[in-house]
Amino acid sequence: MTELTEESVRAECRAWLEANWDPNLGLVEWRMKLAESGWGNPHWPTKWYGRDLPAGLMPVVEEEFKRIGAIGVAKAGIRVLAAATILEHGTDMHKEKFLLRIMTGEDTWCQLFSEPGSGSDVAGAVTRAEMKGNQWIVNGQKVWTTSAHKAHWGLLLARTDWDARKHAGLSYFIIDMKQPGVQVHPLRQMNGHASFNQVFMTDAKVEPEFLVAGVGDGWAVTTTTLMHERRGADGVRSWGQGSADRPERAYVEERAEIATVMEPYKWYPQRAGRVDLILPRAKETGALADPVVRQEIAKLLIMTKAAEWTARRARTAQEQGRPQGPEGSLGKLASSHIARAAARVHTQMTGANALLTGEDSPMNGVIAEILVSVPATSIAGGTDEIQRNIISERVLKMPRERTGDSDKPFKDVPRNTVA
Amino acid sequence: MKFSFSSEQDEFRSNLRRFLADRSPTKEVRRLMETDAGWERDGWQAMNAELGLTAVRIPEEYGGHGFGFGELCIVLEEMGRALLCAPFFATTVLAAGAILQAGTDEQKAALLPGIASGETVATLASVEDNGRWEADAVTLSADASGKLTGHKSFVIDGHTADLIVVLARGPAGLTFYTVNGNAAGLSRRLLKTMDPTRKLARLTFDGVQGAVLGTPGAAGPAYDRVMTEAAVCLTNEMVGGAERLREDALAYAMMRMQFGKPIASFQSMKHKHADMLLDVEMAKSAAYYAAAALDDGDADIVAMASLAKACASDAYSQTATHAVQIHGGIGFTWDNDTHLWYKRAKSSDVLFGDAFWHRENMMKHWAA
Repeated sequence: MTELTEESVRAECRAWLEANWDPNLGLVEWRMKLAESGWGNPHWPTKWYGRDLPAGLMPVVEEEFKRIGAIGVAKAGIRVLAAATILEHGTDMHKEKFLLRIMTGEDTWCQLFSEPGSGSDVAGAVTRAEMKGNQWIVNGQKVWTTSAHKAHWGLLLARTDWDARKHAGLSYFIIDMKQPGVQVHPLRQMNGHASFNQVFMTDAKVEPEFLVAGVGDGWAVTTTTLMHERRGADGVRSWGQGSADRPERAYVEERAEIATVMEPYKWYPQRAGRVDLILPRAKETGALADPVVRQEIAKLLIMTKAAEWTARRARTAQEQGRPQGPEGSLGKLASSHIARAAARVHTQMTGANALLTGEDSPMNGVIAEILVSVPATSIAGGTDEIQRNIISERVLKMPRERTGDSDKPFKDVPRNTVA
Repeated sequence: MKFSFSSEQDEFRSNLRRFLADRSPTKEVRRLMETDAGWERDGWQAMNAELGLTAVRIPEEYGGHGFGFGELCIVLEEMGRALLCAPFFATTVLAAGAILQAGTDEQKAALLPGIASGETVATLASVEDNGRWEADAVTLSADASGKLTGHKSFVIDGHTADLIVVLARGPAGLTFYTVNGNAAGLSRRLLKTMDPTRKLARLTFDGVQGAVLGTPGAAGPAYDRVMTEAAVCLTNEMVGGAERLREDALAYAMMRMQFGKPIASFQSMKHKHADMLLDVEMAKSAAYYAAAALDDGDADIVAMASLAKACASDAYSQTATHAVQIHGGIGFTWDNDTHLWYKRAKSSDVLFGDAFWHRENMMKHWAA
């Protein structure tokens, strides 16, 4: 076997793309070719649609796709987390059944972890899965489920043993979302959007072979999914900018796919504070001449740049295969600070017009939407408080707080009464 | 390299850190800060001879090692961590910086080898009683024969420097002059400073004979550049101190027992420490970026230098405030070391323009 180098990978990828890329193919048809050739997810195992390419060489492949304008496999949404979890913990049957349709984008996935009674404390899930006859029967309620109304499959965390301790009583399933026992209702947020759903499961069915790993192994599998979620969070949000405005079939189909996938995320730029609008708005409103506002703008821009550079330090260490310092765990907390500061400066610059929303307000409601969307940043995907716990315990090695749920069977643990 | 260090740089840093931990423990810092000079010639020269620190940024043709700001800033970060009492910043960042920016080749050849070897201790006298760091605030005057009349203040190590670079208003406009520390007509008074680890002096010039450095009337842009470099260098010194404070406060919290457990197990402490880590790491990122931007010759360096300085000012002050608080009553005592860095945080914030000044400066120079 010849050794992989940047040059050899680039040459091979370029030759394959030049011979095969055709924008007039249907999206699924093209992605099937990507899956067969291994160029869709080259960092995956050769046995499963990949080429065992080291992660460090992935940017080379991405550059080649970009150069020729080729579309990649479906990369957005929970499906990416599903694929990563299945690759690590799934059976060959899971891989055969799900991976290809994840890559082509034919299947949409959702994540059924959070519950009304367990937000930060995901392992406190009380959704119940019981083996009855030769099937798992699921009863319970999940929440904050993006795309549940479109999803074909769900990644489900459920309790299978109430006598075991909290983490040991959990199991992980793949559940068919298109069945009568699964009901999906949108959840309206304080900013008026409904990006998430509540999912009610009433005697929903899961085939025994759709258990992932063993009974009681659910927490370990969940950790894998969450780890990939944290790693990929920024990717999901910035996804979908690259599609060229071209008329060929594959591009048209990709644009439609992006519009669908991104629909729940359309207010996400506002939730991050829209730092990009700060200087244009400062000029437009005349606030740029106000020394008090200038100080606030400067503070915000400093924070934004310092956070960006901190993330770059972490990424560089990773790329060089060097041990990552604490800088890798700080991004989420930094984003919360930035979002809050940006919302404050936007409101400060907008004056009385900050009282208005919708078409009566500046930028047709965008400024108002920033103010009512940023609280999500410090909650979603782990609250700021949980982030601080993680940083202090895992990075700084400060002692863990004693919890009230680790030394007894879960059935005896005090918990929320919300069903 | 804006986002990483080479393995040679990492090794240089860890050697230097060990060396300074050994030579500049707080006991030694406390001994030197109580002296009028604030440092000792023999001790400093011996230490410098071993590591060649003053040579780091001096070009090889002038007897130095020819490294860039990347390496110089590693030295400063480690000195800020150890709170080393030495005339390093004034000599190599300020005086050597002005000579490199403004001096002729002959002047560099005459002045820099002494700085590189550690023999010459030098400083830059630019600010006056008005406390403004901008060149336009200079009033000290020079006549056609190079005689200087007026005063300078807040001059770092100004009372002990062998060589003083003076920014003055000459017949052709703003001009640098060099003056010997023992020149006739120069009187030097040690100021009482809030931060005893960084000595400042007020200098009075009563017809002191100076020698023009570089082109008469052309010192303005060179001085601006030196102030930009100084801001970046001080930023790196600051993040070294901030990280030391954070680590010491963490070690204390892990060891201090109350209510039957270490206070580090209380969430109020853990969250404060997480915030401190965020502040310090972000300031480090800005400091490293700005140092590399100097080496890379980036066009937006003035804005980036001010960004970094303002970022580190706030981070260092906030970390120092938290560090005293985490120590509780003991943190307010003279015997506890926290106040040494607390004071350094404040003096660093003010030097070369505070966070408010640098934020405004950044806004003025931000690439639109």
